[in-house]
Amino acid sequence: MPSWFILVPFACILILNLAPKTWMSRFAFWLAAALACAQLILAAGNQAILQGVVDPLAKFFNFSLAIDGLSRLMLISIAIVVFAALLAGRYTIATAAKRFNFTNLVLIALIGMNAVVMSTDIFSLYVFVETSAISLFILIAANKDKSALEGAFKYFILSAIATVFILFSIALFVLLSGGTSFSLIRAALAGQGGAFLARLAMLLFLCGIFIKSGLVPFHGWLPDAYSSAATPVSILLAGIVTKVTGAYVLMRLVTQVFVLDARTQNLLMFVGALSIIVGAYGALGQREFKRMLAYSSISQVGYIVLALGCGTPLAFAGAAFHLFNHAIFKSLLFVNACCIEKETGTLDIEKMSGLSQRMPVTAASSLVASLSTAGLPPLAGFWSKFIIILALMQAGKNTYAITALLASALTLGYFLILQRKVFFSKPGEGVSGVKEAGTGLVLLELSLTLVTIGVGIAFPWVYNYLILPIL
Amino acid sequence: MNLNLILLIALLLAAFWTVLTIRLVRSVVGLALTSAILSVIMFRLGSPLAAVFELSVCSGLISVIFVTTISFTSRVSKERLTVRRRERFVKFWYLPVILIAAGLALMHLSRPPVFKFPVASVTQDAQSVLWNLRHLDLLGQVVVLLAGAFGVVILFKEKKDER
Repeated sequence: MPSWFILVPFACILILNLAPKTWMSRFAFWLAAALACAQLILAAGNQAILQGVVDPLAKFFNFSLAIDGLSRLMLISIAIVVFAALLAGRYTIATAAKRFNFTNLVLIALIGMNAVVMSTDIFSLYVFVETSAISLFILIAANKDKSALEGAFKYFILSAIATVFILFSIALFVLLSGGTSFSLIRAALAGQGGAFLARLAMLLFLCGIFIKSGLVPFHGWLPDAYSSAATPVSILLAGIVTKVTGAYVLMRLVTQVFVLDARTQNLLMFVGALSIIVGAYGALGQREFKRMLAYSSISQVGYIVLALGCGTPLAFAGAAFHLFNHAIFKSLLFVNACCIEKETGTLDIEKMSGLSQRMPVTAASSLVASLSTAGLPPLAGFWSKFIIILALMQAGKNTYAITALLASALTLGYFLILQRKVFFSKPGEGVSGVKEAGTGLVLLELSLTLVTIGVGIAFPWVYNYLILPIL
Repeated sequence: MNLNLILLIALLLAAFWTVLTIRLVRSVVGLALTSAILSVIMFRLGSPLAAVFELSVCSGLISVIFVTTISFTSRVSKERLTVRRRERFVKFWYLPVILIAAGLALMHLSRPPVFKFPVASVTQDAQSVLWNLRHLDLLGQVVVLLAGAFGVVILFKEKKDER
């Protein structure tokens, strides 16, 4: 079954490009959207069925893939965000040819992300992290204006530096364990104890992943890349790609491959807390909608890393749940940005006013996403932050727990400023002709809002069905 | 003179040319040449698959992507060009010094490795590893090449259409 999540999108790309283009360009979106929906249904279905189905392709391909609880949660998140990005692209990308190329590159990113979350081999994981990243370099640069090329260039250069760290680390792992599978490396690291070389390999890998995740102090590329890309690309990049290639990889390796000592745990918690604070303060000073969301992303990924550093099963559950929630509410906020940009032609917060009267659905959904990000009950974001803070307190990390709590108040602060300026102030003259951005985008906003509220209200069921199988 | 030594010197010269040349396009040509010579060295050292990937990806695909990117830039002014031409040797004077110092240090301080590495359990040759054991990575490489092809189409062809 796991190989289907890679080979079917690959087959779709081949079909789209080998059949006559004039004919296939009409169906590209529907094919990709159907693929994302099928992935969502399959991954959200019963886990036993997902793991138990005999894979007929396994006879032909020697793939080191497996689906566990965490992979399943990530496959669901990937499907939702890819669908959102495709739909946003359909209504905002101007020409059919550009939409066709966008769809193909989204499918390539989908292959890369699916392979990353199912991989059980560190080298395969690296190959597909790069696959996703390359499709995103091109998508960011596709706008071809100065800021887009600058954003793509910064992402490319820092990604290349991260690659050097990761490859060097993989080489050390191979030297230590004689192989690249997670189980081999885990056994070798456990046998090495705190040997210098084992610690060096882990540290290098962590540095590479910190860059890919955009964590402080390696966050320089992230606001430029998020804000300069076309908004459907930003949805994909902020909603899931950087989370899969950064936070998920960290989560998988920290829990299943690395043998963490107290110093490494402290490093993770320090970097997480620093990212929470710097990201939140950075967001406070932004004038541009997407840049503010980018800094908010840095802060939210900080929560995930802080929880991973804590190291308890409850903290891990909180980290996984926050990763899922972040994918949903951040995608929703970027869809809001997409609607606003489409209608007003700007994302400058200072130039917007009173949009709640003209775009009530966008305003309401943006408010829900903002409150969920800040961690207000009963929304989804509240539960994941609550679990993280609870786990920190149980582990005796009270300083970090208080930092996380106070940063949530800061998050609420900058989002309320945004809401007041953009939606709930007195309407200016420039917004007189503004209306909602079309049925497709409004339905997308409503769907993501319902998921954010629904996951919060049905938290016990979500916890039992999706989070507990991870532990 | 040993052919490998000649190739190594050619590799260094091509690498220096890549770094010191003024025009970006010439620098890309130098990089492609460096990769091509490296491929020959890999081939001679008994790694034909690594040589093929080096030649196809580094010398081929990456050069195309660089040329695509350069096509978006504009020429530098004559004055700036003159300054760059004058500065290029002075700017990186320390690099050959570091290189020679590191070489001399390695020659005189060559010691046995501090760490004892376990012998890798993989005993198959590169060909069997790639074709029989690493299907997933092979698929990944194919997808990366596909992404590169889309990159060229999006950044090159769409630009031509816009013109």
